[in-house]
Amino acid sequence: MNYSYFPGCTLKNKATDLEKYARISAEALGFTLEEIPDWQCCGGEYPMGKDEIASKLSSVRALASAKDAGKDLVTLCSACYNVLKQVNNDVQTDETVDFKVNNYLKEDDIEYHGETKVIHYLEILRDVIGWDNVKKAVKNPFTGKKIGAYYGCLLLRPGKVLQLDDPENPQLLEDFIKAIGGTPVIYAQRNECCGAYTMFEDNSIPENRSKKILANAEDMGADFLVTSCPLCRYNLLKNKGESKLDVVYFTELLAEALGLKEAN
Amino acid sequence: MENKYLKEIILQKSGVNPKKCMVCGKCSGTCPNYDSMEYHPHQFVQMVENGDIEPLLNSKSIYACLSCFACLERCPRQVEPTKLIDAVRQVVEGTRGPHHLDPNQVPSHLDDDMPQQAIVSAFRKYKK
Ligand code: SF4
Ligand code: SF4
Repeated sequence: MNYSYFPGCTLKNKATDLEKYARISAEALGFTLEEIPDWQCCGGEYPMGKDEIASKLSSVRALASAKDAGKDLVTLCSACYNVLKQVNNDVQTDETVDFKVNNYLKEDDIEYHGETKVIHYLEILRDVIGWDNVKKAVKNPFTGKKIGAYYGCLLLRPGKVLQLDDPENPQLLEDFIKAIGGTPVIYAQRNECCGAYTMFEDNSIPENRSKKILANAEDMGADFLVTSCPLCRYNLLKNKGESKLDVVYFTELLAEALGLKEAN
Repeated sequence: MENKYLKEIILQKSGVNPKKCMVCGKCSGTCPNYDSMEYHPHQFVQMVENGDIEPLLNSKSIYACLSCFACLERCPRQVEPTKLIDAVRQVVEGTRGPHHLDPNQVPSHLDDDMPQQAIVSAFRKYKK
């Protein structure tokens, strides 16, 4: 099984572990991530303006590239997932956006009308491999570990566009935690924002948000947190203060559970 | 710019219809950055509807929104307040400059761990 793959800028720089462990785990589970050629940064934040066209083009190029390859487009980073999927939805549902992006890109022989399916790596585990098969492949289960899923915002919202899981009562990462042998810890802040990019505005914003999330997870008994978003991980660790919680990429846990981490 | 065009531009950019708002305050109640905002999500909706836009243009609240989509998800009337807040921000940052984030300030925020995602997101929101 092969998928087109959009890594995004962070996975080639500060979050190389998120990608490295995803790739080796994929091979062990029987699928391959094929990086699309000449991809460009998604911009990190979905351009909300209906008349913002230029900032949607890098996503459209990636979507068109996957369409040409005839494959679903996989992402690992929550932000890439969010931006690509929301832009894809714009092309599919807003005729003005569809017209304008194609009008611009025809010079590059690109024509795209929303054909590509954007999926997150976790969806392959859930819908293609299946949790039972992930479980069967586990060699080092996280038995007795209480793991808190930190979804943040970008994997879940807007729920009606992303349709990955119930945005208010998600199960995806909890099911992942169970499949690798751990015990999921449910806490109220698991789908509330970490503060995102606002360290450029006021450091106290991500600081306050992160402390709230960590304290809540710790109160509910989590040993550590799992995420798919490099910015969430950064904010939580940067502002952890007295908290003892570590924040780990889900792919690193997966590789460890599959017995692939030591070798790499 | 006259208020009537400004309102029209903001509504077009955002695709939001503020008339759908029933002022229940749920968006503001759920906003994780409520405390940092001078004007709260439901006030953006009401003030744009009333053409009272000037105070919003001059408020730092447009930079305090986290784009977390919580208000959008939880509004019982599908008003999508964050899109309206962002449209006001787009108008302010739509000038030739100077912008809210001066690239010369970026290095002072960096450390060895900061992901590229933080920087590109800040550029998208604070420097258009
Ligand atoms: S939640 Fe929706 S309906 Fe309620 S005040 Fe906010 S925008 Fe208006
Ligand atoms: S998107 Fe902005 S206004 Fe809406 S809840 Fe999040 S921080 Fe508050």
